[in-house]
Amino acid sequence: MSLLELGDVHIAYGNVKAVKGIDLVVNDGEIVTLLGANGAGKTTTLRAISGLLRLQSGVIRFGEHELQAMPAHKIVELGICHVPEGRRVFGTLTVEENLNLGAYKYRNDSGRVQLGRERVYQLFPRLEERQRQLAGTLSGGEQQMLAIGRGLMSDPRVLLLDEPSLGLAPKLVQEIFRTICEINRQGVTILLVEQNARIALRVAERAYVLETGRIALSGESLELRRDPRVQQAYLGVKEAAGLS
Amino acid sequence: MALFIEQLVNGLTVGAVYSLVALGYTMVYGVMRMINFAHGDFFMIGSYLGFTLVSSALLGGAIPLWAALIVVVVLSMAGVALLGVIVERAAYRPLRRSSRLTAVVSAIGVSIFLQNAVMLIWGPRYRAYPPWSVPSITWQVGGIYINFMQVLILAVSFGLMVALYLFVQRTTVGAAIRATAIDHDTARLMGIDVDQIIRLIFLIGPALGAAAGVLLGLYYRQIHFTVGWTYGLKAFTAAIMGGIGNIPGAMVGGLLLGILEMLGAGYISSAWKDVFVFLILILLLMFRPTGLLGERIAEKV
Repeated sequence: MSLLELGDVHIAYGNVKAVKGIDLVVNDGEIVTLLGANGAGKTTTLRAISGLLRLQSGVIRFGEHELQAMPAHKIVELGICHVPEGRRVFGTLTVEENLNLGAYKYRNDSGRVQLGRERVYQLFPRLEERQRQLAGTLSGGEQQMLAIGRGLMSDPRVLLLDEPSLGLAPKLVQEIFRTICEINRQGVTILLVEQNARIALRVAERAYVLETGRIALSGESLELRRDPRVQQAYLGVKEAAGLS
Repeated sequence: MALFIEQLVNGLTVGAVYSLVALGYTMVYGVMRMINFAHGDFFMIGSYLGFTLVSSALLGGAIPLWAALIVVVVLSMAGVALLGVIVERAAYRPLRRSSRLTAVVSAIGVSIFLQNAVMLIWGPRYRAYPPWSVPSITWQVGGIYINFMQVLILAVSFGLMVALYLFVQRTTVGAAIRATAIDHDTARLMGIDVDQIIRLIFLIGPALGAAAGVLLGLYYRQIHFTVGWTYGLKAFTAAIMGGIGNIPGAMVGGLLLGILEMLGAGYISSAWKDVFVFLILILLLMFRPTGLLGERIAEKV
């Protein structure tokens, strides 16, 4: 059943068209990945879903709600959470304060915020050790954990993840993606934007490939991994290898 | 030595008032990266509202004078807070996406509007708080004299500053204010209504300014519709001194500026006290524009 649906979405920055009519469906319980080169429009699409950018035209449906005219904080209240590219933790706030802000919509229910923190600390025990530390003093990997944990604090139905592997060592990337799968098993639907197509296609059930603002390809991850165009452009496999 | 301590107390008294006004500049700058040049006028309107309330029947003697004065402060704060929210909605919100210069011009427009409105309502001449509005009690503590108004100013100002500090540092909404100051978009992604946070800033800042206006009006007694600029500029200096955007910095900056001003007045010449303040502003802008305590730094990793 479709949970999040984009219909003929166009987005422009001034006169520059960034997204030129994309249709995209995320079903309840899935991990879907959005692949593409720099500037293809992946981040722009996520920012439009979370209400940071306005559409030129098109619709974004979440269950029975239409999101395209809604302010960002309302979208969070409905159950969509966007973990932005580059982590964007609040550096001069403590780890715990960052998490509490993630649960801003539950700010009058301290029991619920407490439960949320416990859930995050279970996923990322390292954050619990550092709860009183300023977020700006954490390592890159820890900041990514905090960014994801902070996103989970709003108890979202859909998590939008933008480049969670960015700038992390390979071992940490594995760890983060293992956690992403765990979060998905707990019932959170995930829309994942990634440059690292190899790992994204391994965890996602379906994928869309964006090229200069349009969807060039889409389908099951398994099929796309075998598609020579994808292998050549995104998996770094030579043509000969693709044919063999 | 007695002169030094006496000027120290005088300096702390006016400094506490500067701190209250400086907080308004620094909080607006912190969240919106804009200098609200109309902020001094909120201070000025606070002193006029206090003047009207004090002159009215409020001080009829039903409650003790100090309590009545606190009621006056609170009512003036409420009135100016409402005005602050209206000004933000009418003059700044429509320009949120324009250049900063546009917002500054709008702020100067608001300032001119408010000054002229006050001139039309209360008249162009100096007004004076009635002499009976403050009890003339003076205490002698260890060789120096402290009067009632100094104690009231220190008590109210420090009370308000401690309350603000606890609110910003210890509550979730306070954390939301700090987060919004760091990064509007990410704050939105947390579910924070940034417009609401800005509205809150325009409630707190003008309210603190109004409290300062009433207190200083009671202290010096004379008020005029142009005092917003003088005291606004002094408080702005205090905010720069503490590092604009830095809340504890504005508190420290105000106190420091008041003490420097009063020491200069006591040891050199009281006619020159404004000169010291603006000399400090010029030196700061030339050599240490991030303030003595440094900018409020948002680590971008």
